[in-house]
Amino acid sequence: MKRMGIVCCSVLALVLLAVPLLAQQSPATNPPASAPSSQVPQAVTERLNQLEQRVTAAQLSADNAWMLVSAALVLMMTGPGLALFYGGLVRQKNVLAIMMQSFALMALITVLWALVGYSLCFGGDGHFIGNFQMALLRGVGAIPNADYAATIPQSTFMVYQLMFAIITPALITGATAERMKFSGTVLFMTLWFLVVYAPMAHMVWGKGGFLNASLGGRFPTLDFAGGTVVHVTSGVSALVCALYLNKRVGYPKQPMPPHSLVLSFTGACLLWVGWFGFNAGSALASNGLASSAFVATHFGAAAAAIGWCLAEWIKNGRPSALGAISGAVAGLVAITPAAGFVAPMPALTIGFIAGIFCFWMVTKFKGIFGYDDALDAFGVHGAGGTIGALLTGVFAQFAINPIFGDGKAVGGLDGHWSQVGNQMVGVLIAWLLALAGTMVILKIVDVTVGLRVTEEQELEGLDITLHGEEGYNLES
Amino acid sequence: MMKIEAIIQPSRFESVKEALLEIGVEGMTVTEVRGHGRQKGHTEVYRGREYTVDLLPKVKLEVVLPDQLVNRAVDAILKSAKTGKIGDGKIFLSRVDEAIRIRNEERGESAL
Repeated sequence: MKRMGIVCCSVLALVLLAVPLLAQQSPATNPPASAPSSQVPQAVTERLNQLEQRVTAAQLSADNAWMLVSAALVLMMTGPGLALFYGGLVRQKNVLAIMMQSFALMALITVLWALVGYSLCFGGDGHFIGNFQMALLRGVGAIPNADYAATIPQSTFMVYQLMFAIITPALITGATAERMKFSGTVLFMTLWFLVVYAPMAHMVWGKGGFLNASLGGRFPTLDFAGGTVVHVTSGVSALVCALYLNKRVGYPKQPMPPHSLVLSFTGACLLWVGWFGFNAGSALASNGLASSAFVATHFGAAAAAIGWCLAEWIKNGRPSALGAISGAVAGLVAITPAAGFVAPMPALTIGFIAGIFCFWMVTKFKGIFGYDDALDAFGVHGAGGTIGALLTGVFAQFAINPIFGDGKAVGGLDGHWSQVGNQMVGVLIAWLLALAGTMVILKIVDVTVGLRVTEEQELEGLDITLHGEEGYNLES
Repeated sequence: MMKIEAIIQPSRFESVKEALLEIGVEGMTVTEVRGHGRQKGHTEVYRGREYTVDLLPKVKLEVVLPDQLVNRAVDAILKSAKTGKIGDGKIFLSRVDEAIRIRNEERGESAL
């Protein structure tokens, strides 16, 4: 089928190329065009040039339109998506505090990104981190950066990548919820972005990065949209934070049920929709790969929602709304590294496995070890990201994305099982970087501005004590 | 004069109100309350964590009535509030010494 297509295309291309030549040759039969460049030239070359420019411009317009929409979709995942999802899961007295953390990161990371962040992630071709070549966004404008995305303005690529840098630290706030100081959060996130996110993003996506799959990495790790860069780093850091901060006052004896699953439900649905920008947008163009990633993303989420619900139904006797949305998010996390490499059926498999695995992590594993990962940032993102990154090595196929070159096997299904090993290296580095980086940063923040609110503040609620507001003034 | 305090299921409130209006009760005070009797609440499960919710939402309805209306009112509440399941609530009766209408300082049964 594919070969037929290539043959047809080549024939068509030859015919199309020949048409103008024939048209030019027929009036000037004698003598046969001995020096075509002098006779045919000017007009035709000019028109060909124009045509070429227009084709390029048309592709740029199409790709740019999709990428700008994708960037907006990814921002929507943090606010309102994640803010609502997390906001509903905390107790009423902390709803504004948790939403404010997501929102503050939208502003904070944006500024850091413009100053040094983009350059640290995508500048230069170092193995472990970028450089300051594009600090203050020097040279970042309408002209594409051919290393990363040749058909969109670099400013689009830059702003698209920024949205990933925003949501990643925001995910960690799920583990520190209901007890971390706002000032501590701001300092922690600033350092975390520079020390953990920037190196990881460069290693996986940056030119020359140690784990880069297409631009000369030592251990080519397949991570289409950030399974390791976004979810493993944030999830593992979340676990470290939960352990370092210790439990909330009264946990686990006092009941701390979500105050509004309606908010969480709305947030989760916004996350699902926004994830199309996250994953399909990671094709960095409006092409077939984007469609493939879009489909895989959707299928992964659906299968995981079913997986989590089924597990819950069997174990507790009934499926819950919180279970369904948690499962969907777990599936979206797990399909993130795989989205641009796997076919729809493997996407269903990855999602289903992730749904059941994350259910077990959240309901059983957490209970055994007794850490207070308040909103399950580790159980969903750390666990889902890890299993997704490993399964990517199993299910990636060159028929979907020939990232290692034409005809070269990509993942286990193609017979390239050593890719699973590469994936393990990527996951291991993400784990180690997150563990070590987060430990050091927590210590620094702890001895400077402090991490945890006082017990009184915690009991009264962070909305009033940290922000002087309440989420709900229903009687006013 | 007697005061009837009925603590009932929120879902039965509308029919209780109608039943009381039907027998000629003209006023009532209603409060949303939480509580439990022998029922002891229910359990909820969020991501595998079980919570016992022991204080359940109920409606408390207060009416003060002339003696001759009390029995009929109690019957009306019993009939309309009963589902036969645990958690249907309770009715408390108590004597009221005096009633005063604030607007014109009327006293006794005519103030009701």
